[in-house]
Amino acid sequence: MFDDTIAAIATPPGAGAIAIIRVSGKDTFAVVDAISVTKKKLRDCASHTIHYGTITAVDGEVIDDVLFSIFRGPRSYTGEDVIEISTHGNQLITAKVMERLIQNDVRVAEPGEFTRRAYINGRIDLSQAEAVIDVISARSDASLRGARNQLDGLLSQKISALRERLIHASSLLELELDFAEEDIEFVDRSVLQQTVCEVIEEIAKLLATYSFGRVIRDGVHVALVGKPNVGKSSLLNYLLKESRAIVSEIPGTTRDVIREEMTINGILFRIYDTAGIRDTEDIIEMEGVKRSMDTIRSADIVLLIEDALGPDDDSYNELLNHISAKKIIRVLNKIDKPHEEHAGYEVYTSAKTGEGINILLEAMKRHAGDTGTYTEKTAIVTNARHYHSLSRANEFLHHALSSGSSHLSPEFISVDLRNAEAALSEIIGVVSTDDILNNIFAKFCIGK
Amino acid sequence: MRSFDVLVIGGGHAGMEAACAPAKMGCTVGLVTMDKYALGRMSCNPAIGGIAKGHLVREIDALGGVMGILADKTGIQFRVLNQSKGPSALSPRSQNDRDLYSLAAVEMAEKHENITIVAESIVSILQEAGKITGVETSHGEFIGAKAVILCAGTFLNGLMHTGKSSYTGGRFGEPPALGLTDSLVAMGFEKGRLKTGTPPRLNKNTINWDILELQPGDEVPQPFSFRTDRKLFPFLPQLPCHITYTHEEVHKILEKGFKDSPLFTGTIKGVGPRYCPSIEDKIVRFSDKPRHQLFLEPEGLESDLIYINGFSTSLPVEIQLEALRKIKGLEDVEMVRPGYAVEYDFFPPHQVDLTLETKRVEGLYFAGQINGTSGYEEAAAQGIVAGINAAAKIQGKREFVLMRNEAYIGVLVDDLVTKSTEEPYRMFTSRAEYRLLLRADNADRRLAKVGHYYGLVTDEELEKVHERERRVQQVVQFCNTTKLKPEVVNTVLTEKGTQPIEFAEISAKLLKRPEISIHDLMPLAGAPDIPGGTGAGFDEDALHQAEIEIKSEGYIKRQTEQIEKLQRYEDVRIPINFSYAEIKAFSTEGKEKLMKVKPRSIGQASRISGVTPSDISILLVYLKR
Repeated sequence: MFDDTIAAIATPPGAGAIAIIRVSGKDTFAVVDAISVTKKKLRDCASHTIHYGTITAVDGEVIDDVLFSIFRGPRSYTGEDVIEISTHGNQLITAKVMERLIQNDVRVAEPGEFTRRAYINGRIDLSQAEAVIDVISARSDASLRGARNQLDGLLSQKISALRERLIHASSLLELELDFAEEDIEFVDRSVLQQTVCEVIEEIAKLLATYSFGRVIRDGVHVALVGKPNVGKSSLLNYLLKESRAIVSEIPGTTRDVIREEMTINGILFRIYDTAGIRDTEDIIEMEGVKRSMDTIRSADIVLLIEDALGPDDDSYNELLNHISAKKIIRVLNKIDKPHEEHAGYEVYTSAKTGEGINILLEAMKRHAGDTGTYTEKTAIVTNARHYHSLSRANEFLHHALSSGSSHLSPEFISVDLRNAEAALSEIIGVVSTDDILNNIFAKFCIGK
Repeated sequence: MRSFDVLVIGGGHAGMEAACAPAKMGCTVGLVTMDKYALGRMSCNPAIGGIAKGHLVREIDALGGVMGILADKTGIQFRVLNQSKGPSALSPRSQNDRDLYSLAAVEMAEKHENITIVAESIVSILQEAGKITGVETSHGEFIGAKAVILCAGTFLNGLMHTGKSSYTGGRFGEPPALGLTDSLVAMGFEKGRLKTGTPPRLNKNTINWDILELQPGDEVPQPFSFRTDRKLFPFLPQLPCHITYTHEEVHKILEKGFKDSPLFTGTIKGVGPRYCPSIEDKIVRFSDKPRHQLFLEPEGLESDLIYINGFSTSLPVEIQLEALRKIKGLEDVEMVRPGYAVEYDFFPPHQVDLTLETKRVEGLYFAGQINGTSGYEEAAAQGIVAGINAAAKIQGKREFVLMRNEAYIGVLVDDLVTKSTEEPYRMFTSRAEYRLLLRADNADRRLAKVGHYYGLVTDEELEKVHERERRVQQVVQFCNTTKLKPEVVNTVLTEKGTQPIEFAEISAKLLKRPEISIHDLMPLAGAPDIPGGTGAGFDEDALHQAEIEIKSEGYIKRQTEQIEKLQRYEDVRIPINFSYAEIKAFSTEGKEKLMKVKPRSIGQASRISGVTPSDISILLVYLKR
């Protein structure tokens, strides 16, 4: 009965050694095969087996090395074809994998949906299902409570307002169609176009907050980069006021990406100490360098640490090949040692004396804030499902504009506007019934 | 004792369809009316169709109903509305000769061997153990029936108002139906009260026609029915309508009467339609509007009556006349009959199923205003749904339910049953989310096969529709396979202000450009002559249908995908005796609404306002297939 394929991150949010993304539905094999590289196509693999492979981005670049666990329906949790993708426990990776699935028409599962399918497909019995109902209703209670919290409240206010405007725009179109015989002055098409453009603009702003919204949920991702021995780990330790990273004088010991968390004025920073990006022949280090590059590319801020005794323009230029200059904070460390004057650095620090550390914290805060000029009064999108719905609304509205500019009749544009409105309604959970007609009756004198 | 398969109570527009459909299907039908000559009577304006309503008429016709035929026979003006809009908004409308329409209806009912006209008033509906047995007349006669279709219009406890005076009656000069409501309430039905109104009738010979704006019909009139022979159409001489306007002075006079208006003094308790307000309502609610448009519509070829559309009112008689005489063209007008409001009982339609059979009493069906609708066409649509279902049940055929994506009739019934209604319900094209698929011009292509299954559409009629379908598909196929070379087509493309092409292109693809019409391409593509065509290539109708379909292909494809996606929810059935009460997890409002509506499917449940997505999840869990 279920035609669509759903997916969700099955492991709790936050960092763990691994994360599991569960995909279920009739297109499971087709979709997962489409976004992965494996020795043998998964669709040709036996049920209840595990396979190594990689998940790739649209351009073919590897997102992560993963393990696929295959469960063919009906011998699976949901009774449908299920693949569980075990990735490294990094939220950026899981987010990217989810994005790839969504791009392939997989839908983000609703709360309790896997279990619901399991029940309907006869995999669990009624007593188990009743437990699920409690979960579903508890979840919806929780989401109701969630709706009252400030961020969601602001978002739903914003969405409601946009929806109202679309309903009004639709009313103008419907007025022309259903009440053409009435003695009413119809609104010029350019007014309608204007409204749609304004709504598109507002939606674009909301979509842009998604990265910042993610920041609020997941924290600001900071990559620490620098040549071996520039004092990255000491600086990190100073920042954290505790020493977890190994500090030694041997170059290249921080092989893996190490993560630490800290908060500055309530903003969560996740700091990834990278292995460095220098060329190396050491196989273990090569793997480390590759991981470093992944971390750097997905980071919100990159701290490039350089030695006051020998600045490192090469690393800076190398970074510019991968990320924008705006993301980089150039830090000149070891200024406690005698050195020449070097201009062009944002921060000058000494991990030994603590000089400049406060300035560094300020800089990090400033860069985090640059993700957008947000105040507590700004509506922010933090939820992938909301983001997805907004994107769809955006698409429909663009379609409406292009239909409008190619002079299609109002009935076609109306379809787009209604679809856009429905996408917004999904976010705030309203069932739109007769809102358009109600609006017409309230605002226009109808009736011969 | 007299007995019928199907007993239809009320011979208005719902009653006519409800009687004719089972009769055509071979059932014996008793058509009960207080006055034989009131069959098919137009209580309000002398017109059929209009935006969205015209779609309903075409669909009724495609299914084998009678409204389209009656309207074609008696039409004195035909117009297709929304000509400047897209294909799905086009809607046919006719002005009709009120008396001839009724006569044609009487003739049709009388002529049918399976229909017996019963001139009686019914006071009670009879049932045994939740199953219909028959009815009781005001003379105490019992008439037996396997199915009873109640189409009582505005007659159930009808109460008419003009100014401070009110008098009982279902329509001007006709008594109300008393007792029926009580007999239904006694069975446990929940009743409500609605209001509608009608404008004054004017004397044609007292209007200064020369100074009024003319509104003629279309030069080439289009019939409603696909059965109507276009060579003989139109059958009657054609008449124009006229347009005039109210102004501030008229409004001031009307305002004088507000203190005696039953609408404002609270005498009228029933809820009136927002889309068809009285003139006093319009003045109050849109006080900034300096004038309101009025249409003067002829009531017939021989009739001296003029219907003043837009001037529905229940103000005192003398105020009505005083105000009318201030209107341009009406300076010396004589009012033959004042406008009035009428209040009547209805039964909120969540009490019927999608077949229009009541959920409470098996074999009892409701159709028309009793279900809270307004309009001849809405009534007729329900009449044919109830009629076919009543007969189908008796004959063991499958039930007749149209989906929202199949017909406006499907939208109408689903809206009524799922959302119920608190004001008189009227059809609008915007109510149909799949409007692009449900055009007035393709109703026969959509629905004739359904009518044929139930025996309402003959083999020859269906063949006519199939032939049309074949001709359309021929053109579509031709456009999809014929390539046009740049040197052949670029001159036209440039002329029409669109990009020339570099390589040969499929004609259908070029046709998708808004600037290009099928007539631009067909001569270039070397369209063939086909039998039955005009001789100049494909015939005009097929070209037009194919053009619409090719041009809107992208949208239609998306809508079709949407329908397929949602279909699975329609396919998940909910048993009628499902016990919502026992499930604690539902939201309070959701549970209440589900218990009230008792939806048939998850799809229907999800359209009920107040039922949340999580209610649906919970329902799905309990509905293990």
